[in-house]
Amino acid sequence: MELDELILEEPKNLEFKAGVWNTSINVRDFVIQNIVSYYGDDQFLVGPSEKTEKLWGICKEGMQQERQNNGVHSVDTETISGVASFGAGYIDKENEVIVGLQTDGLLKRAMKPFGGYKVVQKALEEHGLKPSEDVNELFTKYVKTHNDGVFDAYTAEIRKFRSLGFLTGLPDNYARGRVIGDYRRIALYGIDKLIEVKKQDLAEIEGPMTDAVIRLREEVSEQIKALKDMIVMGNHYNLELNRPAQNAQEAVQWTYMAYLAAVKEQDGAAMSLGNVSTFLDIFIEKDLQNEVITETEAQEYIDQFVMKLRMVRHLRMAAYDEIFAGDPTWVTEAIGGMLNDGRSKVTKTAFRFLHTLYNLGPSPEPNITVLWSPLLPQKFKKFCAKVSIDTSSIQFENDDLMRNLRGSDDYGIACCVSYQEIGKQIQFFGARTNLAKTLLLAINAGKCEITGKQMVDGIAPLTDEFLDFDKVMANFKIAMTRVAKVYNDAMNIIHYMHDKYYYEKAQMALIDTNPDINIAYGIAGLSIVADSLSAIKYAKVKPIRNEEGLTVDFKIEGEFPKYGNDDDRVDIFAHNAVEDFNNELKLLKVYKDAEPTMSVLTITSNVVYGKKTGATPDGRASGIPFAPGANPMHGRDTNGAIASLNSVAKIDYKDSQDGISNTFSIVPKSLGSTQEDRTDNLVATLTGYFEHGAQHLNVNVLDKETLLDAMEHPEKHPQLTIRVSGYAVNFIRLTKEQQMEVISRSFHESM
Amino acid sequence: MNPFFIHLNFKKIKTSDNILNVHSIESFGTHDGPGIRLVIFLQGCKLKCQYCHNPDTIDTHGGQEFHIEDLVQRAIKMKSYFGNKGGVTVSGGEPLLQAHNLIPFFKRLKEEGIHTNLDTNGRMLNHPTIELLDNYADLVMLDIKHMTEDGFQKITGKRNKETTFNFAKHREASGKKMWLRYVLIPEITNTPELLHQLGNYFKNYKNIEQIELQPYHKLGIHKWDALGWDYELKETRENTKEELDLASKILSDYFKKVKIN
Repeated sequence: MELDELILEEPKNLEFKAGVWNTSINVRDFVIQNIVSYYGDDQFLVGPSEKTEKLWGICKEGMQQERQNNGVHSVDTETISGVASFGAGYIDKENEVIVGLQTDGLLKRAMKPFGGYKVVQKALEEHGLKPSEDVNELFTKYVKTHNDGVFDAYTAEIRKFRSLGFLTGLPDNYARGRVIGDYRRIALYGIDKLIEVKKQDLAEIEGPMTDAVIRLREEVSEQIKALKDMIVMGNHYNLELNRPAQNAQEAVQWTYMAYLAAVKEQDGAAMSLGNVSTFLDIFIEKDLQNEVITETEAQEYIDQFVMKLRMVRHLRMAAYDEIFAGDPTWVTEAIGGMLNDGRSKVTKTAFRFLHTLYNLGPSPEPNITVLWSPLLPQKFKKFCAKVSIDTSSIQFENDDLMRNLRGSDDYGIACCVSYQEIGKQIQFFGARTNLAKTLLLAINAGKCEITGKQMVDGIAPLTDEFLDFDKVMANFKIAMTRVAKVYNDAMNIIHYMHDKYYYEKAQMALIDTNPDINIAYGIAGLSIVADSLSAIKYAKVKPIRNEEGLTVDFKIEGEFPKYGNDDDRVDIFAHNAVEDFNNELKLLKVYKDAEPTMSVLTITSNVVYGKKTGATPDGRASGIPFAPGANPMHGRDTNGAIASLNSVAKIDYKDSQDGISNTFSIVPKSLGSTQEDRTDNLVATLTGYFEHGAQHLNVNVLDKETLLDAMEHPEKHPQLTIRVSGYAVNFIRLTKEQQMEVISRSFHESM
Repeated sequence: MNPFFIHLNFKKIKTSDNILNVHSIESFGTHDGPGIRLVIFLQGCKLKCQYCHNPDTIDTHGGQEFHIEDLVQRAIKMKSYFGNKGGVTVSGGEPLLQAHNLIPFFKRLKEEGIHTNLDTNGRMLNHPTIELLDNYADLVMLDIKHMTEDGFQKITGKRNKETTFNFAKHREASGKKMWLRYVLIPEITNTPELLHQLGNYFKNYKNIEQIELQPYHKLGIHKWDALGWDYELKETRENTKEELDLASKILSDYFKKVKIN
């Protein structure tokens, strides 16, 4: 009796439920065994702590200085950034419950020259700086970079396709990114355990010593070194990362440190976080149940973690802004979704992550992505819709579609929109090809419509007064086949060289040895292709040719259906173009036997693509920006938002498994007349869209007037966030040209 | 083949009984009935209201002919967005001018389990409109122009406001759902006296779920200019916030729900 009472008075100490995660590296199993799904509403959430508010005040000041200083706060020109090369850095040590910066100062950027030294030089030069003598000597005399390697191997044909804008944004002079480390592993297992497992893996990789086997042995050895560096990095902050996290605060801290290692070593275009919220919730829930922490502390961990993620910076040159505007880092965090066993992955910490958009205000980073399923808890769906309406900072993806087709319920979103199983799979980022320009090759006998250079042989010249649909289609097919081949050649060279000169050893150390790989190809200009083919088929299109025989314009007689109006006659062209080009790519062998996938996604490159593309048969004039991603062309979707969504939904995810990006912008009033109506209507819109098999939706709920005002008075809108193709940007950090392009897009207004 | 390409082979022969004359289609209607709605604006109206913001729908000639089944298929493609609230609204113009053909249209929508809503000025109560109202229209949004005959004539250019009120009586007697809509124009329709009159008239109606107040705005003026028509309310101003609040407050004593659209 006495003994029982004694036990009751002991502090509760709930233990984690055991599973295969105890005997192998398997974070998913840990989550499945221990998740506490949450079905309630947002009433439990609390505001920012005093510490958080103080810290965020300093960060905001720093970001203002950054803007005033031409977009860069400061740069370290002495140190080559690596996992352990900087000592500790703090924002304001006594108020930080989650510590760690990329360098030794807030917003101070670092040199990561292994992707390409010239890019680092250029970026520094643009801010009146240059690398130290030592670094300069190393990288001009002794060290070869990814960029050097790629250009040693590029063919004349690849260079031509690249410089004339058929292939754009290729990761050949910057880091490819897209690899998501399983940053949860350090919190769950500690680094000592991870090193032990990697050493076992290494021992098991045996001969015969082919190229692939030798390469893998070298890679795993590199990973082990990176793990050891991470322990050193932790020591700088007095953190014992060699052992597992023992409470919620440590779990958040350890996970952040793992991510920090990645962004110290790599400056990939997109450096996603994965899906950490459900995992972290298990630790937080345990500490809350044991009454070790309160909700204020739980929210404080998440607020400060997110604040740190918002402060991640990479050194970029100005030209980079053309394809990736607004200095994005793509710290993409996937929230929500369902487990394959039918339980919801929504936890209180999913709410806490979304709540940072109120506690710290709207922000493009981290790139919060809600994995949507009709089975998600109703109250969570409404909260997501509310946050989306209030902040225009989040995006939505179809969880049922991806989970069912791709298989895993433990995945993150690489970069903007792409499924990636966590810790089991990586991606080779492939930028994109210009499909509209490819169509023009079909009309110009294989010549570039701007320079007249012969790009593709074997395409018969078209001499008829009006374009003949069947002849154009036959030529288009030949052009696609050749463009796909050149594209594939470029990709193989790029990823071979990236592995060789700028291998992601820290991230790969947190992924299973020898994971599955997707190569993520992409296309731009889809709506132009669809509308052009529709014009050629349903109206009469007369090409206007110059004396060299190149088309400089098109005269259209008659009406034709336009993509974006739920009209099957034209939507089928968009659907088929994606299917056809994807099939071309699938025929081609890829380095490391990566599995080809393709996206319809542009980031902000739709503007620069437009500049490099002559007039098109749909009536678009030369130089005019493309629609972003898979969106219909601005102003052509005249039957309202749902008709527009339905057109995009017809593109089959099976043909475009890297993602199909759609950006939906609507003025608040058109979403409904009351706040409740707006929330309900957004939930219904997402439900309806995804039920049609669509994959992705960016949502902006904004008045054009707000954007125009922000152009005039940027100082009044420091945190104004807007979703563009697959990510979000701080609107005032876009160039004027990009701002105007965003404003000119279709903002749905009901009649 | 993707199941959403069902429409590609749509070829139906149009006859005078199976077409609707359409001005335009809005697939994301959020202000014309509950939820998300496919709103079909029909061409043609016998009234010419001074403030009409779609004057290009007035002319009974023009518009584009759609086969009813074509419109039904469009609605089916939107079903996933309707949830348990949304559906199809026919507006105009004045939809009742095409009541005869709206019957088979609404009938088909009902077969597909789609909610139907009729946005009307209630100026016709004859055999086809009664059949449409009693059997196929889940909701009627009835536009009350003015409480006085003089006011009605001034706004619409037509006599006999009573027709609309008889229409309301019929709908009430059928026991089926109805919303009222009322355009608030400072001094012309938005006076406390007129609002109390409106409230008193309908206070005993049991089937009115809500009244929607539509604040007068001038967004349609350019369309009048484009048609070469004279816009008579040029000098009329928009309501102040206080005037809207007061109107809403007065009517809330008479109606279950007052909503400013």
